[in-house]
Amino acid sequence: MSTDPDHGLDRRAVVGRLLAGRQEVAVVTGLGSPTYDVAAAGDDPRNFYLWGAMGGAAMVGLGLALARPEMPVLVVTGDGEMLMGMGAFATIAVQAPGNLTVVVLDNGLYGETGGQLSHTAHGADIAAIAKGAGIQDARRIATMEEVEILKPRIHAVARTPCVAVVAVSRAEADRVLPTRDGGFLRARMRQALGLPVM
Amino acid sequence: MHETTPPAEAGRSDHAIAWPRAIHEALADFGVSQVAFVPDGGHAELIRRVEADSTMRAVPLTTEEEGVAHLAGAWLGGARAVLLMQSSGVGNTINMLSLIKSCRFPFLALVTMRGEFGEFNPWQVPMGSASAAALALMDVQSLHVEHAADVEPTVRAALRMAFEGGSAVAVLLGQRLVGAKVFER
Repeated sequence: MSTDPDHGLDRRAVVGRLLAGRQEVAVVTGLGSPTYDVAAAGDDPRNFYLWGAMGGAAMVGLGLALARPEMPVLVVTGDGEMLMGMGAFATIAVQAPGNLTVVVLDNGLYGETGGQLSHTAHGADIAAIAKGAGIQDARRIATMEEVEILKPRIHAVARTPCVAVVAVSRAEADRVLPTRDGGFLRARMRQALGLPVM
Repeated sequence: MHETTPPAEAGRSDHAIAWPRAIHEALADFGVSQVAFVPDGGHAELIRRVEADSTMRAVPLTTEEEGVAHLAGAWLGGARAVLLMQSSGVGNTINMLSLIKSCRFPFLALVTMRGEFGEFNPWQVPMGSASAAALALMDVQSLHVEHAADVEPTVRAALRMAFEGGSAVAVLLGQRLVGAKVFER
């Protein structure tokens, strides 16, 4: 079981810690709570929030990571969003960009739609799936000490990509809603990277 | 460099090599650096050329849907990426195209058609027949090519529309051009 509802970490504390003092890293979020978690840690022009495109967060991260190999790229998503696009693990493993980290906040449920249990609550193990798809550095995180160990690799370029599945509490945090204007989000990320907005 | 001759070229017919070569040269001229694809027989020659080109990264996908998200991410980072797929894959992209539409990302897919001209396998017909309409529903404009001479100008037009105009475009490479797959017993 990847999620213990009574002992999972506070998702806001995890994301806040991972992004504290951020510099270069660009962040792509999966729709729903991960988008709110990253917004709660502080809006940034290098945040690209998905409000839809379920199953696409890791692949947006891969495209970005391959385009900017010197820039760390972090995908923050949830178990439900990742379950919809698990083939991305195999696709990422082929490319193996060392500047890409995928953090899956695993609370074992679909928080946006009424709290239905996800497959991870029934035993699906996303870290094992990632490893089986060829991601060598696929880890499970259950403590803030392990979050501390993960943090430096998120902000640097490593030799291989990393998938970190973090067991978080099922408690729902207050919604922090960033802009839903996708054209704006696209343009400001490009501008922040010194590119023409279109 | 893109001038490199792939080893598999020897012995292949001029026609089967000429139009994929024209596409490859157009992609190179427009600075395309990432080519995401779900393999298709009709794209095999182009994929070989991309894999032999050190200026392009070949990104094999497990499903076409991944490619849509990949292209968006590449553009965010300043790279030009295109998606190669077969017509059956168009249906797999539909919801993910909301990412292109909502964020007004440029988008270019090169689609080899099945199920429209001399098709042996009826299972290819439903999605092949619906590809252009499905793309149109998501505001992706389709440009059809049926003859080898039209491949290069059409692909170059599509590249310009996508990467200079910011449009979402698909080039549908007709089965008359690509050739119907032959099954032998």
